[in-house]
Amino acid sequence: MDNPASGGIVRAMKPDHDILIVGGGLNGPALALALARGGLSVGVIDSLPIDTRSDPGFDGRAYALALASQRLLGAIGLWPRIAAEAQPMREIKVTDGRAGEGASPWMLHFDHAEIEEGPMGYMVEDRHLRGAFLAMMADAPRITQYAAETVTSQQADALGARIGLASGRALSAWLLVGCDGRRSGTAERAGIRRTGWGYGQTGVVCAVEHEKPHGGIAHQFFMPAGPLAILPLKGNRSSIVWSETDARAAELLAMPDADFLTALRPAFGSFLGEIGLAGARFGYPLGLTLADSFIAERLALVGDAAHGMHPIAGQGLNAGLRDVAALAQVLAEARGRGEDIGSTQVLRRYQQWRRFDTATLAAATDSVNRLFSNDNKTVRTLRDLGLGLVNRVPALRRGLMREAAGLTGDLPELMR
Amino acid sequence: MQTTVDPAEIAKFEAMAAEWWDLDGKFKPLHMLNPCRLDYITRQIAAEFGRDLKAEAPFAGLRILDIGCGGGLLSEPMARLGADVVGADAAERNIPVARIHAAQAGLAIDYRHTTAEALAEAGERFDVVLNMEVVEHVSDPLAYLTACRTLLKPGGLHLCSTINRNPKSFAMAIVGAEFVMRWLPRGTHDWRKFITPDELFDLLRAAGLDPVDRKGFQFNPVLWSWRISDSDLSVNYVTASLAPV
Repeated sequence: MDNPASGGIVRAMKPDHDILIVGGGLNGPALALALARGGLSVGVIDSLPIDTRSDPGFDGRAYALALASQRLLGAIGLWPRIAAEAQPMREIKVTDGRAGEGASPWMLHFDHAEIEEGPMGYMVEDRHLRGAFLAMMADAPRITQYAAETVTSQQADALGARIGLASGRALSAWLLVGCDGRRSGTAERAGIRRTGWGYGQTGVVCAVEHEKPHGGIAHQFFMPAGPLAILPLKGNRSSIVWSETDARAAELLAMPDADFLTALRPAFGSFLGEIGLAGARFGYPLGLTLADSFIAERLALVGDAAHGMHPIAGQGLNAGLRDVAALAQVLAEARGRGEDIGSTQVLRRYQQWRRFDTATLAAATDSVNRLFSNDNKTVRTLRDLGLGLVNRVPALRRGLMREAAGLTGDLPELMR
Repeated sequence: MQTTVDPAEIAKFEAMAAEWWDLDGKFKPLHMLNPCRLDYITRQIAAEFGRDLKAEAPFAGLRILDIGCGGGLLSEPMARLGADVVGADAAERNIPVARIHAAQAGLAIDYRHTTAEALAEAGERFDVVLNMEVVEHVSDPLAYLTACRTLLKPGGLHLCSTINRNPKSFAMAIVGAEFVMRWLPRGTHDWRKFITPDELFDLLRAAGLDPVDRKGFQFNPVLWSWRISDSDLSVNYVTASLAPV
């Protein structure tokens, strides 16, 4: 027989899962649920035990979910579980403020009444999102969770991707997805380099309760040191993201509650009446990182592992969920065609779709932050005029709102 | 098992397999067109045989013949969808190349150096015959299509794509693809052998098949990608026809 291959017919080998996802934060579970819904089997690996991740005090952040992100969560069946805890964001007011001077008269005002799709987004607390994701993954028949497991090795070739875990367990799949954050070990093991820089700023995050209702209005004050965002939560509560220099942030995080409130009041203002703390304070160092490539052999990067951006305007999670929706669509289409879902040809479609988009967004949020973290008088006057200009041109304002709602660009099907 | 192939030959075939599957290599135009072809093929098969493409191994139990299989660009996806696949190519050197790649991908595919006519004569029968970008290369299209019909089980599905014959297809497929872009070796296509959709429908009927669908594969030079078009069959197009029950 003139057959150089080993026998005319070879036996197909099936890996443990179609896809392995490293990282069980928010993007990882969202991707797992979207893929499982499309008929793929998924393993989700996270270094922390499930109990730790489901603890309500684990992460104090709240997210401004863009409308497109909310649609994705709806499509994967998660939204009904958190809808009651989500605060619609009806208006966004952007002010160039300086502590002690009051707000600049030039203010940007976005009102959802100007776009037809409804509210611009929803404020959702991390604890609710995380809890719902963990519960849904536990119920999903095609999802296996590997909790309290650390990846120690990873290889990829024509036959698939294989990883070794600290417990000694080995797992294989057609494709490995890194959802393991801005210090992604998955990317590092694949030799993907990153470019990025810190801002020397830390985001101080906490929930505050206030006397007066917020009316679903989100506020962003651009202060000399960095922006302060006041984002409406359910009830008379708001989540604040106060970006300060690293040194100042360390002080703010360490001081007693009463001193912190004293420091916060001048920046926060009195428009919501008396304020108090409604939870612990958390600090998140700000920085921008962009992976040189979002893909490698049998590997795709999603969310912060691909692009950690300045959390201005809450675009971090939204950009991650956009990766999720795009990758899920690319993979579902490839699977329906019988293509190898981990092949370079398939992964390139994801990279082409997402990389330009996120590089643009990262550059935009970076320059906005640099512009607004400046106390130079000329820059201040110019940006005040810029804001006023946007505010008086309805078409421009509507465009920015649709952008903030995540409704622009080539939208994945799960977000339509 | 006895083999008369020496290691140097195997190394050559491995290099050729890598060439067939190199996205940016000599078969780049085929890789670019492939997702679009696969969309048409998988949807037609799923519709004809009532299969759900989201299910596990949706084509399980279907016997599919891929004529002119080359490196296996269509055979492999069909096998991955669960079909029992025979890949046939008249060019002998393609067979070991396709086998090596399938083995690397862990797929079971029966590759054979043979022709449609020989398979028909041997009494082989299939649920689906994939006849993609072949008919414009054969000397007697009617005899060839008749062999394709003979290869089908009653009610079987025949998918046939080719290139239209008109000034635009001459400009795109010969001048553009062969001379300007150098996508294809000069002389790959003989424009006089191109067939219009109406001529192909007549040939299919004459071969005893019932043509049921035709669509265009349209190239977008801005997005640099292909899509299925209901109306633009001016250059590349595809047809579906059924064997009598």
